[in-house]
Amino acid sequence: MYRQATFCEPLLKEKSVAGRTGYSLPEPLGEPVSIPQSLRREELPLPELSEVDVVRHYTRLSEMNFGVDTGTYPLGSCTMKYNPKITEELSTLFSGFHPLQDESTIQGCLEVLYNLQEYLKLISGTAAVTLQPAAGAGGELTGALIIKACQKGRTEMVVPDSAHGTNPASAHMAGFDVVEIPSNDQGTVDLEALKSAVTERTAGLMLTNPNTLGIFEKDIIQIADTVHDAGGLLYYDGANLNAIAGICRPGDMGFDIVHFNLHKTFSTPHGGGGPGSGPVGVCEKLKDYLPVPLVDYNGENYYFDNDLPMTIGKVHGFYGNFQVAVKAYIYAVIMGSDIRTASQVAVLNANYLAQNLRDHYEMPYQPLRKHEIVLSCEKIKRETDCRALDIARRLLDYGIHAPTIYFPLIVHEALMIEPTESESKEELDRFIEVMIQIKNECYTTPHMVREAPHNTAVGRLDEVKAARSPVLAWNQI
Amino acid sequence: MGVYSEKDRGESPSKPSHIPTENLHLFSFSNENLYNLTSTLVTGDSMRYIPNVSEQELMLKQMNMTMEDLFKDIPHHLKREIPLHPPLSDLEVSRRIEATVKKNKTMLSFLGSGCYNHYIPSHIKELLSRSEFYTAYTPYQPEISQGMLQALFEYQSLICDLTGMDVCNSSNYDWATALAEAALLCERSTGSKKFVVSDLLSPFREKVLTTLAPDLEVVKVSHDTRGHIDLEDLKKKVAHAGGVYVEQPSFYGFLHENLSSVGEIAHDASALFTVGVDPISLGCISPEHSADVIIGDGQGLGLPQNFGGPLLGIFACRKALLRKMPGRVIGMTESESGERGFVMTLQTREQHIRREKATSNICTNQALCAVAAAMYLATMGKQGLREVAELCMRNAGYTMQKINEIPGFESPIFDAPHFKEFTVRHPQYAKVHEHLLRHNIQGGFMTDKTTAIYCVTEMHTALDIDALVTGLEGFHV
Ligand SMILES: Cc1ncc(COP(=O)(O)O)c(C=O)c1O
Repeated sequence: MYRQATFCEPLLKEKSVAGRTGYSLPEPLGEPVSIPQSLRREELPLPELSEVDVVRHYTRLSEMNFGVDTGTYPLGSCTMKYNPKITEELSTLFSGFHPLQDESTIQGCLEVLYNLQEYLKLISGTAAVTLQPAAGAGGELTGALIIKACQKGRTEMVVPDSAHGTNPASAHMAGFDVVEIPSNDQGTVDLEALKSAVTERTAGLMLTNPNTLGIFEKDIIQIADTVHDAGGLLYYDGANLNAIAGICRPGDMGFDIVHFNLHKTFSTPHGGGGPGSGPVGVCEKLKDYLPVPLVDYNGENYYFDNDLPMTIGKVHGFYGNFQVAVKAYIYAVIMGSDIRTASQVAVLNANYLAQNLRDHYEMPYQPLRKHEIVLSCEKIKRETDCRALDIARRLLDYGIHAPTIYFPLIVHEALMIEPTESESKEELDRFIEVMIQIKNECYTTPHMVREAPHNTAVGRLDEVKAARSPVLAWNQI
Repeated sequence: MGVYSEKDRGESPSKPSHIPTENLHLFSFSNENLYNLTSTLVTGDSMRYIPNVSEQELMLKQMNMTMEDLFKDIPHHLKREIPLHPPLSDLEVSRRIEATVKKNKTMLSFLGSGCYNHYIPSHIKELLSRSEFYTAYTPYQPEISQGMLQALFEYQSLICDLTGMDVCNSSNYDWATALAEAALLCERSTGSKKFVVSDLLSPFREKVLTTLAPDLEVVKVSHDTRGHIDLEDLKKKVAHAGGVYVEQPSFYGFLHENLSSVGEIAHDASALFTVGVDPISLGCISPEHSADVIIGDGQGLGLPQNFGGPLLGIFACRKALLRKMPGRVIGMTESESGERGFVMTLQTREQHIRREKATSNICTNQALCAVAAAMYLATMGKQGLREVAELCMRNAGYTMQKINEIPGFESPIFDAPHFKEFTVRHPQYAKVHEHLLRHNIQGGFMTDKTTAIYCVTEMHTALDIDALVTGLEGFHV
């Protein structure tokens, strides 16, 4: 069993002691300045703490958190792979440079950006790449805005019912009406439904392949033809690229626009929620719509190219989450052709779990998966009243992070499991063993499951209360 | 064994059987490329990150499958061997990356304009490298993620205290994207697509605003000789507007003294008032009390410049706007046994639940950057933040005065109090800029051929300012 550290760690404000300080600052230059009365701040209600206080506080908080470095983290769709430490270390070499420095003084930064653009083009089969979007959803919005800019008069975006919530949300933000199409009984795009959904109003289709069930859309060429024949564009949500990187390419499947989640496929850490990076690649005919600037090379120097006639504009204050791009670049340089091995082993690991769990949990749709599998706890729920959420919480007691739950929406009581290539066979075997054990618990000691977790820093939290009477800052306590 | 063809079978996938040397051009786009030293390349393999490379034969055997079987759902003609270099050793990668960094030049810099060089206490870098924080995903499982959740709750609380707002989300990508989100919030709240902005707003943020919210009508209001909003012009343009937006301090570094009148005019016209801030300035400058939304960039709060990213989009607002606010929020709640705990809350605003009806598409955000900002504010505290703010103001004042004394130079051009940035004008400024670069000084951000925006913070010493002054004095037409 596992036991997470528990500290009844007070809030910073509760730890504050009047007069205490934690910083060191130099002497000012020149004369004191007078701030006009109307602008001057009188009250500054911040805590007062020493460096030691701050360090203990955050060290304790960190011990009440669980990361990939702590243990198995099979969070489906999130590609929680190991984050190589060398990329952390080397990326800090770039931390002191300013985005507006003269180009002649930042050739190294530009080289990284340029090379990463080229690498992503190669791996995705696209013609040009922007690194500006700060995360996957930012990439989707960028892509949707490109579609809007070149598909004037077309108002609808088609999205399968298995899609991630950011797809319809991004399409809507770009001003599209979202048309949802149902999946077929194989869990893939229903070609007939797609054919009847596409019209002269269709601007495009947003799709991930393999899809959110981990199933490869084998009719992808027909899907692409259907959308293209109707005058639409095909958008690739790259959240699931870890299944196919180095094996096949979205560009070759007919996708016109592709986003990457560098914080998934290219191993940059998720930071407890961010920062990520969501570059976007486009086919030849959409190159001129990308946000500016791109980084280009004239044979001698790297430079910013602002000269894109149809550009949609800018989607980040500067060039996106540069440091994340650096880490992804270093990862790509390290891995080289082994990026394919990573995908192969990610797929092997997922199918190994599928084979070993299929007899214990329902797994709707076909057995062969790519990098992730989706199990259903519906039968267990019916028979034991233990839900997917309870099973997820119970996993925590064993020191294993829970899978993604209740997504995709088309599987009831879904557990979406993505082991990635980082898990060893021993860890996978343990996961299988624990999953089977929890299933047995559902039938023998269901309260242990329904009341889980028991071994984490706190017991099960009341989310309804949190939403009903929100306390979102300490001044509301 | 591979996913392509028979010929791969039986060979270790981590070491491709043949490396097509003619294809070793992956990152070789420049003359000093990565692979022109192919013969001396120190290769490695990625097994250190993919433990099951050594286990895969066994696993496949147990599964009674081949690697090819696992990929048989991908149409054969889509599979393609992408020409990538062999994996590299840590030694090789370090050498390469260090060589790339050396192409940058470290200079004495006076750049700001949205990305700043501020003091970062060493313990913040140390604490951020706690991998329980940085290798975690978004805290979907609250009981095992209390550390991150409490840290983000404290971030929200600190920003509320700093800005005087009621609520704050747990981050947007950056200030520029937060501006677009604020403009969309104004539209959602008032039903008006008109968004009035100061004509002196950051050109970068303006471009992101018009890109991400292309359906809004952005109207610019002019300024008087001191750079302040022209209230008469505002009264004319505010009719039927959904929002009014001003930056304090302005992009040009001066402080508006008439913001309460701007807020009043906005409210009289039933528009919401959004103010963009530099959070460091709030150490000594009062936040605008009439604001409905306060946004800004938290990069200066403990994050390095990193060539412009990751930044930290701050988004805070009045309670009345809470349900329309974009992004994740953390709330306080209790466990079943009454212990205090934290959870993500009000998720019914978000894309994974509301899909196209969500208040924003944002999913991955800048969580770790928000934690850095909280660590910074906790460390500086009540006294330290005021001191940093006053240091910036005083050092900038000192520098302005010195520059203004040099014949031919005028600084600042707006007759108003300034925070840490200010304008420098010279009839031949573009040449001054080149002259400084030759002396290893990166001057301010040039807005036109005669004007640049300089930034001076607590990180500049008397020697740095002397060097700048000497540099400027040495300029002869
Ligand atoms: C399938 C899918 N699409 C899109 C996204 C959004 O990506 P991001 O969180 O980087 O914005 C995710 C992330 O969880 C995802 O799983």
